[in-house]
Amino acid sequence: MINKMRPDLTTTLAGVTLKNPVMTASGTFGSGMEYSEFFDLSALGAVVTKGVADVPWPGNPTPRVCETPSGMLNAIGLQNPGIDVFCERDLPFLRQYDTRIIVNVCGHSEEEYLRVVDRLADEAIDMMEINISCPNVKEGGIAFGTDPAAVERITRAVKAHARQPVIMKLSPNVTDIKVMARAAEAGGADAISLINTLTGMKIDIERGTFALANRTGGLSGPAIHPVAVRMVYEAAHSVSIPVIGMGGIATAEDAVEMLMAGATAVSVGTASFHDPFAAKRIAEGIEGFLARKGYGSVKDIIGIV
Amino acid sequence: MEYTKALVLGQEEIAPDIYSLTLKVPFAGQARPGQFISIYCRDGSTLLPRPISICRIDAEGSSLRLVYRLAGKGTKEFSALKSGDSVQVLGPLGNGFPIEKFADSRVLLVGGGIGVPPMVSCAEALSKPIFAVGYRSRELAYLLPEVTAYPETCIATEDGSLGTRGNVLDAIRASGVEADAVFACGPAPMLRAVKAWAAEQGVPCFISLEERMACGVGACLGCVTKTTGVDSHSHVKNARICKDGPVFAAEEVDLS
Repeated sequence: MINKMRPDLTTTLAGVTLKNPVMTASGTFGSGMEYSEFFDLSALGAVVTKGVADVPWPGNPTPRVCETPSGMLNAIGLQNPGIDVFCERDLPFLRQYDTRIIVNVCGHSEEEYLRVVDRLADEAIDMMEINISCPNVKEGGIAFGTDPAAVERITRAVKAHARQPVIMKLSPNVTDIKVMARAAEAGGADAISLINTLTGMKIDIERGTFALANRTGGLSGPAIHPVAVRMVYEAAHSVSIPVIGMGGIATAEDAVEMLMAGATAVSVGTASFHDPFAAKRIAEGIEGFLARKGYGSVKDIIGIV
Repeated sequence: MEYTKALVLGQEEIAPDIYSLTLKVPFAGQARPGQFISIYCRDGSTLLPRPISICRIDAEGSSLRLVYRLAGKGTKEFSALKSGDSVQVLGPLGNGFPIEKFADSRVLLVGGGIGVPPMVSCAEALSKPIFAVGYRSRELAYLLPEVTAYPETCIATEDGSLGTRGNVLDAIRASGVEADAVFACGPAPMLRAVKAWAAEQGVPCFISLEERMACGVGACLGCVTKTTGVDSHSHVKNARICKDGPVFAAEEVDLS
């Protein structure tokens, strides 16, 4: 029998209920201002901001981006205005919308992460995501995310300071993602998100040098989606905290795959560069899929494989 | 700014690997000289939009003429577009040149490499434009009818087959041209030289920059230029070319 009711799209992460499971992937959506010119951000389950540090970061030299087959490499280097400007300008902007606000936090050292976490303590944000997986900065970032002892330590330190639920964003550039997922859970993480980009390199053969000034960059886009689905599946089966799945999601079908692999919510990133409406369209498409298949709720497909 | 399907009105190869594409777009009337549009490839396997500068704005006919160089996979796909096809676009993007401020001034329009097209749209909006353009050779001199339609046009070719032998600065110096302001678009070494020449002359100079872009709307911070002062978005010294530019006052950017 066909279910004529609209499917329930709500999903819950660490006690925070999202109106739908679609959020933006950090670094691809700024703080939402640019994309708010295309659609009402209230259509999204959450906006995950670009990483913010305790002070402004200038980022890497250019070229910072290049296209690859079904994907792209980036080495932005976490250019950001610092937490003070972010709290004065970006958070009030986001609060105009009926969507959850998840602030991505970056740092070169434990102290730097904690300064941002402390500064956010009295801000009305819903969650924070700790970026221990950026492949494009020399210190911090991925240096924390590839060592399970460091993952557990930084998670515990952040949790001791944070007033909001904490998501640890994991790197795929590891031998065994299950070990990293368990380390974050052991440190007290409320959720984990994965995957950040895969480290890659492209050579510009005409110029005879690296395509990116940083030499290496993070690979994203549809090319990485099957890797992401596999890692989300492995992580979801290793921990009892919720997993946010991302990596190359470009269609509602890609998002449904991620949910079926065990993700409680999904993030849309690079797809916004090919279609500025991608995140909204994917949220609508998930609803369409659930209705077509007769599922009453998005929860009915999470982790069914 | 509108994300929409554009109808291809026509396309021709006007010089080796240089294409002129005319698109019917609902936002043509809002476009300004120096702005650009993003053109998207057919599917997500060629993921990133290509930023292409606007060569001619026909507000009444709701169309834009774009002139681009075949440079890779995306532009190869665009070069196959024919009249009646449709293509996904986003525009107009970026800030454009300060046309109103210099509407009645003698403005030297300097174009090199694939930087000539935006200068053509500037010329059509100004009352006293003077062209200075540089090409590799006579054979590769594109948009020649457009730039020679104005008096005082200076042309340089690297091989001397047309105009002054050398670069566009050589042609400018040879002509002894004087201007109240300079607008320029072209490769970085040319922009550095134009900036220095304008400073020598003591006239304001505006330059259009290009860089590898991803989102095209100011969100990803992929295309930045070093600036001499703190930028308004990130409060560092890296402004977004797609959103804060592509046109900057020459003294605002650090081209070193």
